[in-house]
Amino acid sequence: MRSLNLLSEGEAANPLVPHTAELIVGTIAFTLLFLVLRKAVVPMFEKAFAARTEAIEGGIKKAEQAQLEAQRALVQYNEQLSSAQGEASKLREEARVQGAAILEELRTKAQDEAARITAAAHASIEAERQQAITSLRNEVGALAVELASKIVGEALDDQARQSRIVDRFIEDLEKSK
Amino acid sequence: MRAFAHQYAAGDGFVPPSTNDFNLPPVTDSIAWLTKPVLLVFLSVIVVSVFFILSARKAAVVPSKLQFAGESIYAFVRNDLARDVIGHDFMRFVPYLFTLFTFVLTNNIFGIVPFLQFPAMSHVGFPYVLAVFTFVVFHYVGIRKQGLGKYLKEIAFMPGVPKPVYILLTPIEVATFFLVRPLTLSLRLFANMFAGHLLLLVFIMGGDYMLHDSHLIMKLFSPFSFAFGIALTFFEFMVQCLQAYIFTLLTALYIAGALADEH
Repeated sequence: MRSLNLLSEGEAANPLVPHTAELIVGTIAFTLLFLVLRKAVVPMFEKAFAARTEAIEGGIKKAEQAQLEAQRALVQYNEQLSSAQGEASKLREEARVQGAAILEELRTKAQDEAARITAAAHASIEAERQQAITSLRNEVGALAVELASKIVGEALDDQARQSRIVDRFIEDLEKSK
Repeated sequence: MRAFAHQYAAGDGFVPPSTNDFNLPPVTDSIAWLTKPVLLVFLSVIVVSVFFILSARKAAVVPSKLQFAGESIYAFVRNDLARDVIGHDFMRFVPYLFTLFTFVLTNNIFGIVPFLQFPAMSHVGFPYVLAVFTFVVFHYVGIRKQGLGKYLKEIAFMPGVPKPVYILLTPIEVATFFLVRPLTLSLRLFANMFAGHLLLLVFIMGGDYMLHDSHLIMKLFSPFSFAFGIALTFFEFMVQCLQAYIFTLLTALYIAGALADEH
């Protein structure tokens, strides 16, 4: 070790031999800087790093939560949609069944009506027929009596006469109709 | 600094820069120890402290430009040096490595900062101090971790080696851990800064000398010397950063080695 002022002009100094003062100054300066940086700088930067990490992680968490919520909403929506669709199809089915029932009812009603009308027609026809038969019988009876009296009244000479009488009778009958 | 004009007036040719150019006189005659490198070292402490305190003061999640600048340097030492090299439990050593890196880097860069223009680390006393700190730190860490006996035994007798090899290996290992490491650590830094400064002196002083020479040709060549000096300044900047990095990296490696269970 050497001190500075011992050096005379021109004398080659060995650069590998340290100055005592520089050793002391170096130690003090470095220790001082170390203490300052350790106390005031490193913890602050670490705090900033931790806060940043936390902020990023918090952001990610928030995003995850939002995504979860969105997914839940989607599921709910889908559920609602499918239940609505089910309901709609159920309603449609019900309407179809109801429609068919109504149709069936109407058809039965119409058939009944038709049957009723037919029956009524049949009855009136029958009544008319009965009436016709009755009136015909009366008429035929009367006519037969009339014819018989005519035949009896006239002399029944021959076959030709007889036949003429019948023909005339029938002609009369047709004319009177 | 040498008084150029005075020197050349004597007319005794170009005197190349020597080791004496590193022995600067005291700033004031009354305080012998207060030389330029001493002042620069104190200045570096102030500059680094102020810069990082201002940068770290707010510790905001979204950093300002200043905070980002300081944080980048801090994150580089913390993540790329401490965490990647030491691994688990690296936070304990971050303040030391951070101080080491910023202190060496600032003092190195003072070598090319106009008006300061002297790398304090070219005075071997400062690198010695830093190497001693690192030496103490990594041995202390190793002893704390493994106990004195086991630590020394593992240095002297590396496990997993055939016995006869110890004849060769033990002296090498012991010398490595107690002599070579601190010496190379400090001398590497010192020599790089010393040589770099000397190199700059050669070209700048050479250019100056040629400019003052009476021959016209010498005057014409003078700018080339200056230009080379400027180019070398950029080169020096690289070396200065690299040396600060290497010093810190090696310290981290030594600590990691002391912490490791097997060497």
